[in-house]
Amino acid sequence: MIEKRFQSIIVQTICSLLIPFIQMFALYIIIHGHYGPGGGFQGGVLLAVSIILQRLYLGKEISYKRFPPKLALALGAIGMLIYGLAGIIPLAMGGSFLDYAYLPIPWVHGAELRALGILIVELGIGLAVFGTLVLIFDNLVGERW
Amino acid sequence: MKWLSVPIMALFFALMLYATSGLPSHADPQAPASQHVSPSYIEYTIEDTHTPNIVTSVLADYRGYDTLGETVVIFTAGLACVLILMKRKTR
Repeated sequence: MIEKRFQSIIVQTICSLLIPFIQMFALYIIIHGHYGPGGGFQGGVLLAVSIILQRLYLGKEISYKRFPPKLALALGAIGMLIYGLAGIIPLAMGGSFLDYAYLPIPWVHGAELRALGILIVELGIGLAVFGTLVLIFDNLVGERW
Repeated sequence: MKWLSVPIMALFFALMLYATSGLPSHADPQAPASQHVSPSYIEYTIEDTHTPNIVTSVLADYRGYDTLGETVVIFTAGLACVLILMKRKTR
């Protein structure tokens, strides 16, 4: 299944053990941005690092099947879209640009809604950074896709 | 005409030094920026956004426009990288 040159049991075991923890830590950093250091940029970079590590130890055949490079582009664009919509939807609902208190989410109001808006925006930033970094790595490596 | 650049740069340097002397010193609590915006952010963050981390609330809420620009810059850099380096399958 895996090419000969990647058949180091140590590298495979360490990497496959490490990647889920890196991703969990990345999600923790994104979501914990409300209470401590962290946020979308840092968490997105960590998510991208997990995918790049997978690219490095699995080789491109399997890794491109598990996470296609076009998915990275799509995720980055979706992240930007989330951020842009979080700005424009309050504008359409009667608030000002990026005023999360006007997001049309029922049963959440006022300050709670602004906290939720910050979380939504952080998720958008995380997705955008994640997609962009994986995209830059794939293009710098120079594989055709 | 090359010698002209030296006095112009010296003049500019002197102007910048003079302008620097008018700035408030680093972390001065009496500076205008520390007296108008910062105290209101520190005071009303919890009330406004229910976010204990002031940095996050400033970054993503009060100054969300700036962060939107940063994210656009990063995404644009990625797109430019794709457009320059992409190799198509059909050649």
